[in-house]
This record gives sequence, structure tokens and C-alpha cells, in this order.
Amino acid sequence: MGIFETLTFTLPELALAIGSMALLITGVLLGDKSTPQISYGCVGLLIIALVLTIAGPAPQNPSIFDGAFQIDAFATFAKVIIFAAAAIAILMSHNFVEGEHGRHFEYPVLIVLAAFGMSLMVSASDLISLYMGVETQSLALYILASFNRDSRRSTEAGLKYFVLGALSSGLLLYGASLVYGFSGSTSFEEIARVAAAEEDNVGLIIGLVFLISGLAFKISAAPFHMWTPDVYEGAPTPVTAFFAAAPKLAGMALFARALTVSFPGVLQDWQPVVAMIAIASMVVGAFSAIAQTNIKRLMAYSSIGHMGYALVGLAAGTAQGVSAVLIYMSIYVAMTIGAFACILMMRRRGGMTESIEDLSGLTKTNMPLAVILTVLLFSLAGVPPLAGFFGKWYVFLAAVQADLVWLAVIGVLASAVSAFYYLRIVWFMWFDEPAPAFERDAGPSLRFAAWGSALLMFPVLTVFIGSLRQVAENAAAALF
Amino acid sequence: MVDIGLGHYLSVAAILFAIGMAGIFLNRKNVIVILMSIELMLLSVNINLVAFSQFLGDLTGQIFAFMVLTVAAAEAAIGLAILVAFFRNRGDIAVDDANLMKN
Repeated sequence: MGIFETLTFTLPELALAIGSMALLITGVLLGDKSTPQISYGCVGLLIIALVLTIAGPAPQNPSIFDGAFQIDAFATFAKVIIFAAAAIAILMSHNFVEGEHGRHFEYPVLIVLAAFGMSLMVSASDLISLYMGVETQSLALYILASFNRDSRRSTEAGLKYFVLGALSSGLLLYGASLVYGFSGSTSFEEIARVAAAEEDNVGLIIGLVFLISGLAFKISAAPFHMWTPDVYEGAPTPVTAFFAAAPKLAGMALFARALTVSFPGVLQDWQPVVAMIAIASMVVGAFSAIAQTNIKRLMAYSSIGHMGYALVGLAAGTAQGVSAVLIYMSIYVAMTIGAFACILMMRRRGGMTESIEDLSGLTKTNMPLAVILTVLLFSLAGVPPLAGFFGKWYVFLAAVQADLVWLAVIGVLASAVSAFYYLRIVWFMWFDEPAPAFERDAGPSLRFAAWGSALLMFPVLTVFIGSLRQVAENAAAALF
Repeated sequence: MVDIGLGHYLSVAAILFAIGMAGIFLNRKNVIVILMSIELMLLSVNINLVAFSQFLGDLTGQIFAFMVLTVAAAEAAIGLAILVAFFRNRGDIAVDDANLMKN
């Protein structure tokens, strides 16, 4: 296969890489006043990449570049959601980009570059391409976290994210070097062959544990979650909205591919580790969120908890488990975007408010927003018949069928506890004395994201959960 | 004379990695020291990779080491840029002062 033919299979990535460079140059030439146009250019670029991912040429053999890159149903599934989430994140940043702090054309371009890194991550099937993908994404995210460079909170968030992110990259790399050394190859398939043949290869297992720790950092699973609340709170809210959605899905997809493709032979070694991380995340997510007064901090703990539920599916280690992870993560991304669209609409006298108390009595001051947020919070809590319930249902079902009943039981208990703090916000909104009303000039993209997400949770996904499940099962089958 | 084998290289790398990790967690004074610790961790990984590459007779490890070097440079650049922004807002770079958000 010639190099040009191979390159046609990576058209979405090429479009993002070349397009973002072109937009960066355009931005330099036109200056910061061109930010809105650059934003729309970036959204267009992501839509082009999305279309190319679905309709572009697909190779006969999914593995290209000597096995470093996989174009399979699994990667396609993840990429579609990542590109869509990134495009919506740019559109939702409209007010931020127009405001005095965000008027820099680099902002949308950095989101495109992060999306490019994520698409490398979900296709990576070699330790080197895994590392390059993770770093491409992380470097863009560090800058985004500290984007509001005149704000003490934002730069502090960026610094914390950078230090802990670099630490996690170090752990990941150290693990990768051990895995390479003790298996003799960086390719996932080759590692799988060695891992299955030599079950007592201790060096490989130690490397695997480091690798898992590094990846757990990236998806903010406990006990590697310390950075999440501070970064979510400190970063500008549109950036937090982006952080909470696409990077989590990309990290989880990478995690699933790394474990199920390279280490199926040592399932009994990593299953307890992943199960423990899942339990720790669910418990931290459920209990730490209760005392929060800042809604962004609450969403941080909520996302830690959600990573725990998704990891329950991964701990099962079966195709069913991985498809449950994909279902869970796609529903999670959709509802998180909606929740953050609502948070972005919490504006008073031109400034953002982030306190949960500001939502008191929202039904009396802004009924549509209250209804949307109620639907999303019920879905986050996993109340049937909303989509969030089905996500949890499939994950726990996969765990039960893999003989991990105890894990599923802990998951159900943790989600009962976490329902408390979601429903507490609903109680504030419906039954408390009203706080001063929010401004109503949210703009069409925020309203569209909020309504779209709420309608997806109920009734669209409730009805079409079967089709989502079919697509996810098809995607997961590519790994087994 | 002892022959220097793979084990020796791995031990050096493991010790350097541990020093780097300790530098991040124990240091309470200066963020620059944290950046140096991160660099130390990444370089210890490079020792690992090159030693394995030599031992296995396989070039992939050395290619990986070059990738790590490049990324480490980019990472240091971004880290310092964030640090400069932090310093401008705060006036110093003590680790203990990075505590606006606490719970």
C-alpha cells in the first residue's frame, strides 16, 4: 500500500492538523478581531472531519502505518462523538470569546488541536502513538485551562493541571518503557502475544500497573482525581465544559483499547486493579460532592463518579463490557454538555455566577431553564426512564454477567448516594424562595445545546437506546 | 570489575524516577523545582528505553526516546509559559501559595 493511499485513510486527522495551522496563520494576519470568524472556521473544520470520519475511505485492513494506527468501528464511534462535542464546545463559548477575557483567536484553534490529539488517542494501537496522542491533547488542554491569563484562579488551575498532568505522563511513560522492555515491542498486538505466552512476566505487569495509573490520571479516576475539582473550578467555564466532555471519552476509549487489545491474556491481573479504581471513583464521586456549594466543583466530583461507573464496564473485560462503556460515555458526554450549557446561562449583570444557591426557586424566575436542568440532573442521577439510567443499566449488567456481582452492587449503592446531591439541586430549584433572576440573553447556541441535550435524555434516547446499543456493540466488536 | 548489565541501567532509571517523583511531592517551595523534577522523570524513562533498545537489539526504543525528548521540550515550554502567567498574577511562585481553591 503506497503512502498516499495510506494517508487517505487519515483524512479527518490531516484536515484537522492542516486546517488548524491555516486558521492559526489567518488569525495572526487578521488579529484578535477575527476571533468570531476563526471560531466558525474551526467549527467548520470539525464538521468536515466528522463527515470524513463517517464517509471517508476505509482501509481493507483496519491497521495502518505498520500497526501504529487503527481505523476501525471503535475509533470511528469515538471520533464522531469527540468531533461533535468539540464543535459544540466552541459554539457554546460564544459569549466567552466575545467578552474581554477570551478575545483571542487561539482559543478555538486550541480546541481543534486538542480534538486532533484525541482522535490520535482513540486510534492509537502502539505505545508510541498512544503517548503522542495523549501529549498532543494534553498540551492543548494545559493552555486552555490557563487561558484567562489575567485571572489568578485560571492560571492557578492551569499550573495545577500542568504539574499533575506531566506527572501522569511520566507514570504512563515509565509504564510504557517497562512494557516495551519486557515484551520487546511497542505494538499492542505483539504485546498481547507476549503477555498471553508468559504469564509470570513480572516486569510486564509492573509496567501495566504504571500504565493504568497514568491513564487513570487522564480520565480523573480516583485515587488520581485530586486535580479535577481545582481545575474545573478555576478554568473559564466554557473550557470546563469542554474538559468534562470530549477528553473523558477519548481517555476512556484509549484505556479500553490499551487494556483489551494488549492485555487480554492477563485479565486476572488487571481486573482487580480496574475494579478498585472504579470503586474508589464511585465512592469519592458520591460522597465528596455532597458538601459542595460551587456548581462547577460539584460537576467535577460528579464526573469522577461517572468515570467510576464507566470503569465498572471496563473491569468486566468483555466485548459486552466495552460496548457498555461506549454507551455510558456517549450518554455522559451528551448530558454533561447540556448541564454546562445551563451553567453557562447562569449570568447576572454580565457576570457568571457559580453558586448552587443562585439556582434557588429557578422555576419561578426562569421556567424553561429549570425544566431542562431538572431533566439533566435526573438523568445524571440515573433515574429511569431517562438515558442516564440505561447507561448505568448496561454497565452493571456487563459486570454481573462477568461474575462481578459485588462490583455492580457497590455501583448501585454509590449511585443511590449520588442521587442525593443531584436531587438536592432539583429541590432548591422547585421548592425554595427564588433568588434574583438570571439574564435571558443566552444566545442561540447555548439554548440549542441545553434543549438538545435535554431532549436526547428524554425522550429521544429512551426510544432509540436499542440503536445506540447496536452501534456500540458493533464498535466494541472491533477490539475483540 | 563488574559488567554493567541491563539491571544496572534499570536501577539507575528507577532511582532517578523516584527522585523526580519525590521532588514533586515533597517540595513546598518553588514551582521551578517541580519542572526540573518532571524533566528528571522523563529522562529516567529515556535511560530505560535506550537500555532496553540496546539489550533487545531493537531500534524502536531509541525512536521512542527521541519522541519523548521532543515532547519533553514542548512540555517544558508550555510549563514555563503557564508559570510566567502565574507569576504575573501572584508575584511569586511558591507552591504553598497556589491555594485559591480549597475545600
